[in-house]
Amino acid sequence: MIKVQNIVKVFGAKRAVDGVSFTVERGEVLGFLGPNGAGKSTTMRLITGFLPPTSGAVSVGGFDMVEQPIAAKRLIGYLPENAPVYTDMTVHGFLNFSAEIRGLRGEAKKKAIRRAVEMCFLEPVLHQSVETLSKGYRHRTCFAQSIIHDPEVLVLDEPTDGLDPNQKHEVRGLIRRMGASKAIIFSTHILEEVDAACTRAIIIDRGRIVANGSPQELRRKSEWAGAVTLRVTGINAVALSQRLTQLAAVRKIVILHEDSAGVTARAFPKSDVNGNLARSIAESAQGWRIEELHTEEGRLDEVFRSITMPDTVKAGGK
Amino acid sequence: MNSWANIKTITKRELGAYFSSPLAYVFIVIFLLLCGFFTFMVGGFFEIGQASLSRSFFDWHPWFYLFLVPAVGMRLWAEERRVGTLELLLTMPITAWQAIVGKFLASWLFLALALALTFPIVITVNYLGNPDNGVILAAYIGSWLMAGAYLAVSCITSAMTRTQVVSFIVSVVFCLFLILAGFPPVVKMLSGWAQPWLLDTVTSFSVITHFDGFQKGVLDSRDVIFFLSIIVFSLFATSVILRGHRAG
Repeated sequence: MIKVQNIVKVFGAKRAVDGVSFTVERGEVLGFLGPNGAGKSTTMRLITGFLPPTSGAVSVGGFDMVEQPIAAKRLIGYLPENAPVYTDMTVHGFLNFSAEIRGLRGEAKKKAIRRAVEMCFLEPVLHQSVETLSKGYRHRTCFAQSIIHDPEVLVLDEPTDGLDPNQKHEVRGLIRRMGASKAIIFSTHILEEVDAACTRAIIIDRGRIVANGSPQELRRKSEWAGAVTLRVTGINAVALSQRLTQLAAVRKIVILHEDSAGVTARAFPKSDVNGNLARSIAESAQGWRIEELHTEEGRLDEVFRSITMPDTVKAGGK
Repeated sequence: MNSWANIKTITKRELGAYFSSPLAYVFIVIFLLLCGFFTFMVGGFFEIGQASLSRSFFDWHPWFYLFLVPAVGMRLWAEERRVGTLELLLTMPITAWQAIVGKFLASWLFLALALALTFPIVITVNYLGNPDNGVILAAYIGSWLMAGAYLAVSCITSAMTRTQVVSFIVSVVFCLFLILAGFPPVVKMLSGWAQPWLLDTVTSFSVITHFDGFQKGVLDSRDVIFFLSIIVFSLFATSVILRGHRAG
């Protein structure tokens, strides 16, 4: 549905987006990750046709965004960053306008508004002026606008920004459900969201794609992936390290915690070993007891940090 | 067909936006007060003793509009850019032209309403004497066209900035030029040294010169084209500026 081919966007001397290519098919939910200023929002603006690319092409549903912008835009629902809404209208007025500009009239329009209001829980503020709304409600009003015409493609720039935890949960669920029948791209810097809603994730840094894969695939890039965390009693830390390093599959042992009750340690596997580390540790236990043993899946935040680190170091190590 | 539907939707929204804020009412009240005050107190409507609105009423319009029209037009694009709704508007399935025309039309219709509300003055002059209502109608049409020209200039300045105040000031300066080019004292000053062709060129850019014909009841196609071409040119410039922001 969405096809992005080698797009570049230059602002003055800065290459905000530098040769990004990917596709999103129906039924996919693509999570767009990256540090602040990595080019996420710019990429979304290029996809939705707000900004023309300096070079490269975007097509949505087979329509080129530069050649046939109206046909392409018709297929898209877009929630821009910070969820802008006309403050001088009521929620209903705003949704009515959004529906009309999407070509909906009469009964179809009423139905679309009702549906969007229900999905975004806007009933209590329907006839209130947008100006008087809290940030969460404003955000959901703009979200409602993006789904009012039941678009085939949804582009959501930080859809859970400024929502409370319940609303965040609700929106993630909504995205996941809609993802079954639509092509969805959403950006976030909350990594749990990728797990909660995405079928695929792209990490972008300084305008370039640095990782592209399912959340599981990305997690496997983690140094932690396949590491085994264990808590044992009846042995001290030094002895445990010695025992475990003797195992063929172990590359490195890190002692996390030691007290009178026992030792917590983490064993990292050699790269060619997968999945068997926990078993070989369990089998090697003689004269000490394993209280807890589990294999780490790898952590997205750690992958994220290791991939985008150079930038964050430069920015002052935030 | 479809593009008219889009323009209509935009126009409807913009008009709604005027009336949901106090701006519209404040504007109309100030405009009507100014009209009343200048016509009867400064313009000497009664002292002139003519059944005509030209000297006492319409003569002031270029000056009223100088401040009032930029106030109407300043928010058109500046506000969209400040709040970020421009991104929403331009990613909807409409062309930039439809948005520009829709917004312009809304403001122009609003000015038409304000102008129409000066009707008591027409009733007054008809009650007191026998004016030529054709002349008055022509002057109203000319006044509305002139307001449209100012408004289109305000569209440009509004698209240039995200601050309404800056937009207001810059468009007042632009509109002031449109007036002064044909303002009698300025013309007199110029005629002292300028070549006739230069004088003609300068005065031909003035709204006053072109509004004059309407006040006399003459609907000259050149005057109509003058105002319309300012409008079309300015809206075109607006679209260029809007595109320029996005091209980066």
